[in-house]
Amino acid sequence: MATVELKNVSKSYGTVEVLRDINLELEQGEFVVFVGPSGCGKSTLLRMIAGLEDITGGELRIDGQPMNDVLPAKRGIAMVFQSYALYPHMTVFENMAFGLEQARLNKAEIRERVEKAAKMLQIEAFLDRKPKQLSGGQRQRVAIGRAITCDPRVFLFDEPLSNLDAALRVDTRLEIASLGKRLPDTTMVYVTHDQVEAMTLADRIVVLNGGIVEQVGTPMELYERPASQFVAGFIGSPRMNFLNGTVAAAHGAETYGIRPEHISLSPDAGDWRGRVILTERLGSDTFVHVEVDGVGPVNVRIEGRSEVHANDEVHLTPDPASVHLFDAKGRPIPG
Amino acid sequence: MSKTVQKSRLSRSRTRSAWLFLAPMLLTLAIVAAWPLGRTIWFSFTDASLDLMGEARFVGFRNYLEYVAWGDGEGQYYGLLADARWWRSVWNTILFAVVSVSFETVFGLIIALVLNQQFRGRGLVRAAVLIPWAIPTIVSAKMWAWMLHDQFGIINDMLQTIGLIAEPIAWTASPDTAMVAVLMVDIWKTTPFMALLILAGLQMVPGDIYEAAKLDGVPPWRVFRKITLPLIMPAVLVAVVFRALDALRVFDIVYVLTPNTDATRTMSVFARENLFDYDKFAYGSAASTLLFLVIALITITFIMATRMDLEGKRS
Amino acid sequence: MKPPLWQSIGFYILVGVIVLQALFPFYYAILTSLEDGQALFEVNYLPRALNLANYQAMLSGGVFGKQILNSVFVATVVVILSLFLAVTAAYALSRIRFRGRGLLLLTVLSVSMFPQIAVLSGLFEVIRYFGLFNSLWSLVFSYMIFTLPFTVWVLTTFMRNLPIEIEEAAIMDGASSFTIIRRVFLPLMWPAMVTTGLLAFIHAWNEFLFALTFLSTDSQRTVPVAIALISGRSEFEIPWGNIMAASVIVTLPLVALVLVFQRKIVSGLTAGAVKG
Ligand SMILES: Nc1ncnc2c1ncn2[C@@H]1O[C@H](COP(=O)(O)OP(=O)(O)O)[C@@H](O)[C@H]1O
Ligand SMILES: [Mg+2]
Repeated sequence: MATVELKNVSKSYGTVEVLRDINLELEQGEFVVFVGPSGCGKSTLLRMIAGLEDITGGELRIDGQPMNDVLPAKRGIAMVFQSYALYPHMTVFENMAFGLEQARLNKAEIRERVEKAAKMLQIEAFLDRKPKQLSGGQRQRVAIGRAITCDPRVFLFDEPLSNLDAALRVDTRLEIASLGKRLPDTTMVYVTHDQVEAMTLADRIVVLNGGIVEQVGTPMELYERPASQFVAGFIGSPRMNFLNGTVAAAHGAETYGIRPEHISLSPDAGDWRGRVILTERLGSDTFVHVEVDGVGPVNVRIEGRSEVHANDEVHLTPDPASVHLFDAKGRPIPG
Repeated sequence: MSKTVQKSRLSRSRTRSAWLFLAPMLLTLAIVAAWPLGRTIWFSFTDASLDLMGEARFVGFRNYLEYVAWGDGEGQYYGLLADARWWRSVWNTILFAVVSVSFETVFGLIIALVLNQQFRGRGLVRAAVLIPWAIPTIVSAKMWAWMLHDQFGIINDMLQTIGLIAEPIAWTASPDTAMVAVLMVDIWKTTPFMALLILAGLQMVPGDIYEAAKLDGVPPWRVFRKITLPLIMPAVLVAVVFRALDALRVFDIVYVLTPNTDATRTMSVFARENLFDYDKFAYGSAASTLLFLVIALITITFIMATRMDLEGKRS
Repeated sequence: MKPPLWQSIGFYILVGVIVLQALFPFYYAILTSLEDGQALFEVNYLPRALNLANYQAMLSGGVFGKQILNSVFVATVVVILSLFLAVTAAYALSRIRFRGRGLLLLTVLSVSMFPQIAVLSGLFEVIRYFGLFNSLWSLVFSYMIFTLPFTVWVLTTFMRNLPIEIEEAAIMDGASSFTIIRRVFLPLMWPAMVTTGLLAFIHAWNEFLFALTFLSTDSQRTVPVAIALISGRSEFEIPWGNIMAASVIVTLPLVALVLVFQRKIVSGLTAGAVKG
């Protein structure tokens, strides 16, 4: 059964339409990630599901019930904000209890629920502290804890990692992933502009661009069979190489796409010949930027170390099975 | 297919709360401001008197201007606009506003520049500067009335000691100096307000601008003229307009320091005298209305001219 | 790089002049208030006497004490009432998007520009109609015309800068607008409330025109009017000593407030003036 359904949902601010004709069905217990460049409408879509923004067109249903006109607190939804949005003057306990108080639960039950959530997130030790006295990661956990206590059907996250430093970001990402596993019946909707977060967390990814859905699918589907040039470029790191001109024309396409990891490099033989401009050594991988004669700049990813250097002459061979062809409108041409 | 913009329950309930929350304030303002203002304007077109307000009859513009013909081709204008005492009060008000605000701006700027420097005891100096602002206007008027006393006042004593004057001056009583006395007290009392507003503007000027100017070897006076002044101009302008609006309605200081003299009677004082002392309630209302009109015009012009950022969209 | 010596000396002389001119009138009032009889009529620059006769004269009669209480009562009630009305209004004006909001803000702002004299005759009628003439409530009521727009304006500016996400979190938690104000915003707003409350208090404490007009008996008057009306039998018998003592008494609390809260007052004053 689908828990969250969006039918022809759209959103405009005055005359500016920021989301158009969104159709989605999110399954119960699924971890869905909305990903797209900044300003594409991800937050707006999430906030419409939450009820913080009016839905100006179409319908939202949760568990089959129409939700357009239901107050946020009555939708069975909890939300974790980018800035955590903890109440600064309340202790961690009071922060987590606030929603339950509004729902008029009795004291004993509130305490029980808060403590259960605190235990799950290992924040029991901080229950009497104010948010000021916590680190960024701890605050993030409190924010998640506050959401859990309400026992929501749907859990919404709006870029929850963007205020954390890089190391903590990975830890917290893992924690959110395991939270998804520990709450198998809860649908998770997670917004990010970072495709790595999307790929690692999602059961299914929704790629948004300019207010429309570009593609919906599992991470591997998006990686292997992008439905548009935009998706092909957005998913995968480093970015797919897009080549125009003769290479593309030879395949009857406007654009020829090949991912850096699908090109092999050899010092003496290959389909393309070029000169190395720059190498980036990450230890586990090496990225080699090559200016290919008659083709243009191509980025190649090599596992492990590589002994090529700037100005070396190299030969490249794209894997024919992994080539993506696009027409002038950016639509894929079946190969 | 027509798209109807449908407001959600949350939006609707928030809009409803908004009006509910605003209602008490709006009601209060309606009773203390809008309605009385309307009544004042109404009274100005009637023959109302203090004791017979309810029986006021409409008399048109008679309180403002009326030509009474004597029948033989001769006649005379009556009403505020033909009243030399009123015109004198208009002149006094304008003079007071222009002079006091000019001096306050200059002194305020100097004090603000001083307070903007880093020096030991700055906090205490700032507190000291604030004190004249906090002293009730009536109290300042009385304190200065005593200092300006013709026989026992310390100001005359000082001036005589340093030889600036030979004879004591009757500052508040003499028509020649009464306005000077009023201006002195007002400038003393209100300069702190000006200084603080300008100081706030000064503190928004980023410090590295001065560093850069210093490195380029620009002399301080030019830095002030070419950099500081243009940057704080908006803050100064706002302060000047606020003060000017305030100065145009001046009442307390004049009423207490120099009661009953043509030399200092301002529009507010003129209005109140007619309303409550001379039992010319309607005439006084007309004077109030005209003062309101002047101030409203200036306010509207100001808001239009600065296209004020009311909803805080720019921040 | 240190400025040359003559510049520092000049600067400190300027600071000295500024402080002296600001404090001297109040200093001289204190000095006068401590003199009595003939000493009053000799100009002194330094304190000569420490005679509390003027204070005794003012405070023993009972009326002045009552008048101080009147002022305290009016100013306190005005502060409480205007803060109460302004908090909810400021929430609506800063946090809720609805049609007519800009116009309302404009209205509130323009009321704060009203010359008091323009409403005096109309207000006089209203106050008589409600039977409030010569009652302290007439002042509580009429002072709203200047305290309310000011507090609404400053609190609106302040609330606009509180993070939106905190409020949205509260909405998700199921809090009503009123609960949001009471449980979430109020505790965050104490600094702004203290500032605006202080300024409203000072304003109400100092007000003269309405107090002069709407109160008619000595025992009802507030202190500014009381001081203004202290007089002798003739021009030559004005009890300057008493007036100065009364002036010092009503000013001391304000000076104390300024010293303790100067930062808050400064921030409130500058917030009250709109950025152009
Ligand atoms: N209140 C608003 N009024 C007008 N436009 C808005 C408003 N909020 C967001 N937008 C616009 O809607 C678009 C989508 O915004 P958002 O959903 O926040 O993007 P993101 O994908 O970065 O989260 C943006 O172009 C933004 O400018
Ligand atoms: Mg966003």
